[in-house]
Amino acid sequence: MFKKIHDPSPNSVTVHVDGMPVCAEPGENAATVLLRQAELWVRTTPVSEKRRAPYCMMGVCFDCLALVDGALVQTCLAPVRDGMTIERQLGRRSVAS
Amino acid sequence: MTRRVDLLIVGAGPAGMSAAVAARQYGLDVLVVDEQPVPGGQIWRNIEAVCGTPREKILGKAYSEGLWTVRRFRASGAAYEPATQVWQIEPGPRVLMTRDKIASSVEAGAVLLATGAQERPAPFPGWTLPGVMTVGAAQIVIKTAGQIPDEPVWIAGSGPLPLLYAVQLLKAGGRIAGYLDTTQKGRWMSALPRFATAAAGAPLDMLKGILWLATLRRRVRYISNVSEIEAIGDNAMERLRYVTASGKSETVYARLLLVHEGLVPTIHPTLALGCTHQWNSDQDSYAADLDCWGETSQNGVFVAGDGAGIGGAKAACLRGEIAATGIALKAGVIDDQQAARLARPLRARLARALSARPFLDSLYRPRRSIFVPSDETVACRCEEVNVAGVRAEAARAGRPGPNQIKAFTRAGMGPCQGRQCNYTVANILADAEGRETPDVGLYRVRPPFKPLTLRELATLDSRDAG
Amino acid sequence: MTMSKTDVVVIGGGLHGLSAALHLARAGKAVSILERSWVGRHASGATAAGVRTLNRHLAEVPISLEAMDMWHNIESIVGDHCGFHAHGQINVAEFESHLPVLQKRVSTMQAAGYDHEELIDRDELLRLVPTISPHVTAALIARGDGAADPHRTIAAFRRAAEAAGVAIIEGARVTAIERDRGDDWTIRTEVGTYAAPVVINVAGAWAADIAAMAGDDIPLGHKASMMIVTERIAPLLKPVVSVVGRPLSFKQSDQGTLVIGGGLQGKADIPAQKSFVDFNELAKGARAATDLFPCVGPLRIVRSWAGMEAKTEDYLPVIGVSPNVDGIYHVFGFSGHGFQLVPVVGAIMADLIVRGSTGRKIEAFAPSRLMEQRHVA
Repeated sequence: MFKKIHDPSPNSVTVHVDGMPVCAEPGENAATVLLRQAELWVRTTPVSEKRRAPYCMMGVCFDCLALVDGALVQTCLAPVRDGMTIERQLGRRSVAS
Repeated sequence: MTRRVDLLIVGAGPAGMSAAVAARQYGLDVLVVDEQPVPGGQIWRNIEAVCGTPREKILGKAYSEGLWTVRRFRASGAAYEPATQVWQIEPGPRVLMTRDKIASSVEAGAVLLATGAQERPAPFPGWTLPGVMTVGAAQIVIKTAGQIPDEPVWIAGSGPLPLLYAVQLLKAGGRIAGYLDTTQKGRWMSALPRFATAAAGAPLDMLKGILWLATLRRRVRYISNVSEIEAIGDNAMERLRYVTASGKSETVYARLLLVHEGLVPTIHPTLALGCTHQWNSDQDSYAADLDCWGETSQNGVFVAGDGAGIGGAKAACLRGEIAATGIALKAGVIDDQQAARLARPLRARLARALSARPFLDSLYRPRRSIFVPSDETVACRCEEVNVAGVRAEAARAGRPGPNQIKAFTRAGMGPCQGRQCNYTVANILADAEGRETPDVGLYRVRPPFKPLTLRELATLDSRDAG
Repeated sequence: MTMSKTDVVVIGGGLHGLSAALHLARAGKAVSILERSWVGRHASGATAAGVRTLNRHLAEVPISLEAMDMWHNIESIVGDHCGFHAHGQINVAEFESHLPVLQKRVSTMQAAGYDHEELIDRDELLRLVPTISPHVTAALIARGDGAADPHRTIAAFRRAAEAAGVAIIEGARVTAIERDRGDDWTIRTEVGTYAAPVVINVAGAWAADIAAMAGDDIPLGHKASMMIVTERIAPLLKPVVSVVGRPLSFKQSDQGTLVIGGGLQGKADIPAQKSFVDFNELAKGARAATDLFPCVGPLRIVRSWAGMEAKTEDYLPVIGVSPNVDGIYHVFGFSGHGFQLVPVVGAIMADLIVRGSTGRKIEAFAPSRLMEQRHVA
């Protein structure tokens, strides 16, 4: 749904979105990476399991929650790191091992 | 370990940075914490990285100007801890925060909340669908990632921000499918008496706005007097329906809709702290009660910037400097006369910086359906409670308030803690019960007011008692 | 202002007030509840809603067991299941050294003729709570215990009381209680005046003030028990788990949130009706929760709070008639464990007020015990 307006930066990093390697730039966050994916959604809600996508991008709405390195966080507040794993969360998460 | 500083500033936007610079000049020991990884706040987000790139031109001069403030802040000698979430403030004041998954506390001579604003929650049918975002969000995406929509986008809203973003998007090579101006019919006439003051005080800003409007009207499909919008789709937005004041309705293909209905001050921290708040009927929102230095009803806790009332970056910087002066006065670094003398020019500049505000507030006053949406509209995005659900409980005997509605419906109990539904629930109750919104009140804010995990709380040292 | 005449005035619209009013109305009395703010405003709305017989004081066991039977039939009493699930309450011994505490409890209960508490070994504990840390050793369980949904319970008791004819007046702060020339008490509030021969003081953390208005001096402490609610997660555990020697009560709600309490105390300003979370204290609860359930560490806390409630010197409630003044009844001081007793205490009040006596064992709860102690002291 979103695209970069500039050429890819030479110092890009690799993150994994639902297991797929994806290029990202230092300075951006997990939510902006998710906004570049073919399907625009980051989770299904714990209440009705409907799809949601980032809404406010400034830490207010909590709709951009997704699993980043195993923790369910606001992706708009999660700066990318090389090797970061980002996974869409389906419904209520399970923490039982 | 509890740390101690003279002044703890929460937020590294225009107000927080300006206050830090001024407080350092007064010789205070200053710590600035901010949830973003770099300074700038939302308005100047990521500015250090963007300056010097082609994106700087797209974002414009008002954005570039922020670099000067960021550089002064960097050089000020204030300690700066980014990527920090403040989740509780206690009388003292004592501030609890998390950084790198470790919780800690700071005791401060004074706390300045420079936590800015959020976009006004503007519920309409379908606003939870993927494909609906705020204009502010889309602008942040340009600033942080250099990203724009990859297909023609619809913009619906009212206020300077959607105009600015639309112009920036065109400059960046983006395409706009249509601009739905939701400014109410007749607002121009109501706002007109305040135009002269605005034009005299901020002529360049007013001119800029007129030019943006002219650009848009020339280059994109521009529909005025839009009174209703609806996002339609199943897993994501597929169509957009809009209705104009004249009753004309159209349903169009749309996969991305950006919405904006103004800003409201951030009040979660001051609500959690039990500060008294005042209803601003010009901005249809609350802000903490402040004295002439920005001090709240809680001793030693100050607010500056858009958190004190929406005023924009220039006003935020000045409010930051005024608050720093008040804090220096309270700390005994300067006396009453010095403080008054130092503040006088700041206050004059602040008045000028705010001179366009009454005009803008009047012109861009949101339409009624933003406050009291239709029954099928989701009021609480987190717990998925619709307007009808809130109304049904409001019909109970005893005129229930927001906290009862929360207990009955779970509206406001989700992760955003009511940031997206507090005003909506209050407005629906006021409407259903024949009361004024400020008489209804808001949810009690339960701590922690920012995310904190059990493991993080467990790290808070028990010897850390304040 | 007009004077409203009724048979019984209940001061306090918490769950105990609603239950007393409900039982009295069903016994034919005209009842009005005077509630200062709104129904369920304080302890009833702030409770973890544990339905627990486990580890109760011996004096409370008889009425607690009867209340348990009532909870298992709660739908027939208030027309709603109140979100009650009987998945058991479990008190865990983390270490061998805690085992004697459980063994002593079991033998005490057996000696008293009770068999609802049972010692289970580590294997059975891990079978019942597979997600608990494996370092635990054994546990005490009351299998018929469980937990309910507090807001749902409040709504159900309120609906049932109103259906039985109870008048609920919210926003009615009592300002004075005076004796008429006749047999009636006059109860003045900010919104009207009420008269009744019988007054029940169910005013929770503020009950000592109400007692004093009627002429009873009952020393009362208070609690500000804190609670944590997390984000919603997939099913993690069914029973309610507590731990020997640590401040933890841990359960999962129907919505999927974890509700973590355990009696950790926040701060309260009772006259101002304000309570405050003490995060340094609450951190102990977070440590206990993550020690017993390490997998919950990354869960976000969505909110926390401290509820205000009355506490007596002996941690037993006050249930009974005033020894000093006719027609005044006291029901308060549940000291942090009153939720489970709600259905039975209402029935006790109906006994006392309608029949003049009760067959239920309530001697240990007599208001006079606290007042006498004061005279001796």
